[in-house]
Amino acid sequence: MHEVGIIQSAVEAAQDSAKASGATEIHVLRLRVGALTGVVPDALEFAFEVVRSGTMAASATLEIENVPASFWCGGCQAEFLPPELSYVCPKCGRQDVELRHGLELEVASLEIS
Amino acid sequence: MCKECGCGIVGEVNIAGKPSRQVPSPLVNGGSSHAHSHVEPHDHPHPHSHDHDHGHPHEHPHAPATQTLEVHQAILAKNDRQAERNRGFFKAKGLLVLNVVSSPGSGKTTLIQKTISMLAGRLRAGVIVGDLATDNDAARLRSAGCPVVQITTGTVCHLEADMVARAAGQLDLGALDLLVIENVGNLVCPATYDLGEDLRVVLLAVTEGEDKPLKYPPMFHSAEVALLNKMDLAAATEFDRATALENLRRASPHATIFEVSGRTGQGLGAWCDFLVEKHRTQKA
Repeated sequence: MHEVGIIQSAVEAAQDSAKASGATEIHVLRLRVGALTGVVPDALEFAFEVVRSGTMAASATLEIENVPASFWCGGCQAEFLPPELSYVCPKCGRQDVELRHGLELEVASLEIS
Repeated sequence: MCKECGCGIVGEVNIAGKPSRQVPSPLVNGGSSHAHSHVEPHDHPHPHSHDHDHGHPHEHPHAPATQTLEVHQAILAKNDRQAERNRGFFKAKGLLVLNVVSSPGSGKTTLIQKTISMLAGRLRAGVIVGDLATDNDAARLRSAGCPVVQITTGTVCHLEADMVARAAGQLDLGALDLLVIENVGNLVCPATYDLGEDLRVVLLAVTEGEDKPLKYPPMFHSAEVALLNKMDLAAATEFDRATALENLRRASPHATIFEVSGRTGQGLGAWCDFLVEKHRTQKA
C-alpha cells in the first residue's frame, strides 16, 4: 500500500496550515481515515515515524480516527454499517445503496504552538 | 525512497523516458493552488464579571500553550485539484477519458490495443500507459497505430494526476477523441487517485477467480464500467459466470458490465458502441 505517500501528503498539508497560522510546532496531528480507503492505520503510524523527522511535526503525536463505512438504504430509509466490506443492505438485500462514509482521508485538526 | 510502499528503493517517475519534473505540460501549473486554512475568530459575549482569583504560590513547569487548529483538508487535495484541472482541460478538448485499472495480467494492454483497432474510423485514440518499468506496453500499443506515452513510475504503485497531466502534454490532444489511461496493474492504490478521467474501467479476467470483486470492493465500487475479460478462456478455467456477475453487481451495482475477450474481440462490438455513444454525449 501507499501509506508513506499518504502520510507525507498529510504532514505537508499540516505544515502548510500550521505555518499559515503562524505556528512553529505541531504537537498533535489528527487524521480521519475511512474504512474503504484501503489505508491501514498501523502502516500510517509506522510511516509517520519515518516521515516526521525534520518537519514541524518531528515530535508530534499521531491520532487516527477510523471512520467506519456506512451506507444509506433507500428501501429501508435507514443508514447501516455493513458487517464486512460489502455494499449490500443487510436488512433487505438491496444493492443500490448510497455510500455515506468510509472514503474519508483527511487532516482533521492539529494542536499547534 | 519509494514514496508509496516505503520499500526504500530509489525510484523516479519518467515520462517518455525523461524525468517527470522536466516534462512541461499545459495542464500543470495552469492554475494557482489554493490551499488555505482558517483559525476562526471565536468570541462569545460575556455580560457578567467573575470574582475569581487564585493565588499561585508555587512554581512548576508549564507545558507550552497549544492551540487547536481545525484543518479538515483532504490529504490528497493536491492530487484532486490537479485531477479537476485535467478533467476541465480534457473536457474543453472534447475528449472522452478512460482510467483502466485491474490486477497485473488481466489483459489491459491487449484489450486497449484491440479496442483502438476496432474504433478506427470512429474515434481517434491516444494512450497513456503506466508501469513500474519498461516501455514494452507502449511498444505493443504503438503497433495499434495510435500515439502512446509511457510513464514509468519507478516504484510507485499507481498513477497520479500530475503524471497524467505531464504525459498528456506530450500528446496532440486536439487530434484525439479518446484518451485511454492504462493504470499500473494494482487493485488497491489506484482506487484512491483521481486522474481526471470521465470513466473508470475495471477489468476482471476469468482466470482471476469469481470472488475478486468481493476481495477488492473499493476499486470495483469506484468503477463506472466493469469488463469481464478473457471470456474465450471461460470454459477452460471452469469459470462460474453467474457467480462472477453476482459478485460484480454486489461490489459495483451501478457499473455497466461487458463480457469480452481482448484476444478474440468477442463482445467488443458493444463496448466500442458504448464508447462512441459516451463520446457523443460527452461532446454535446
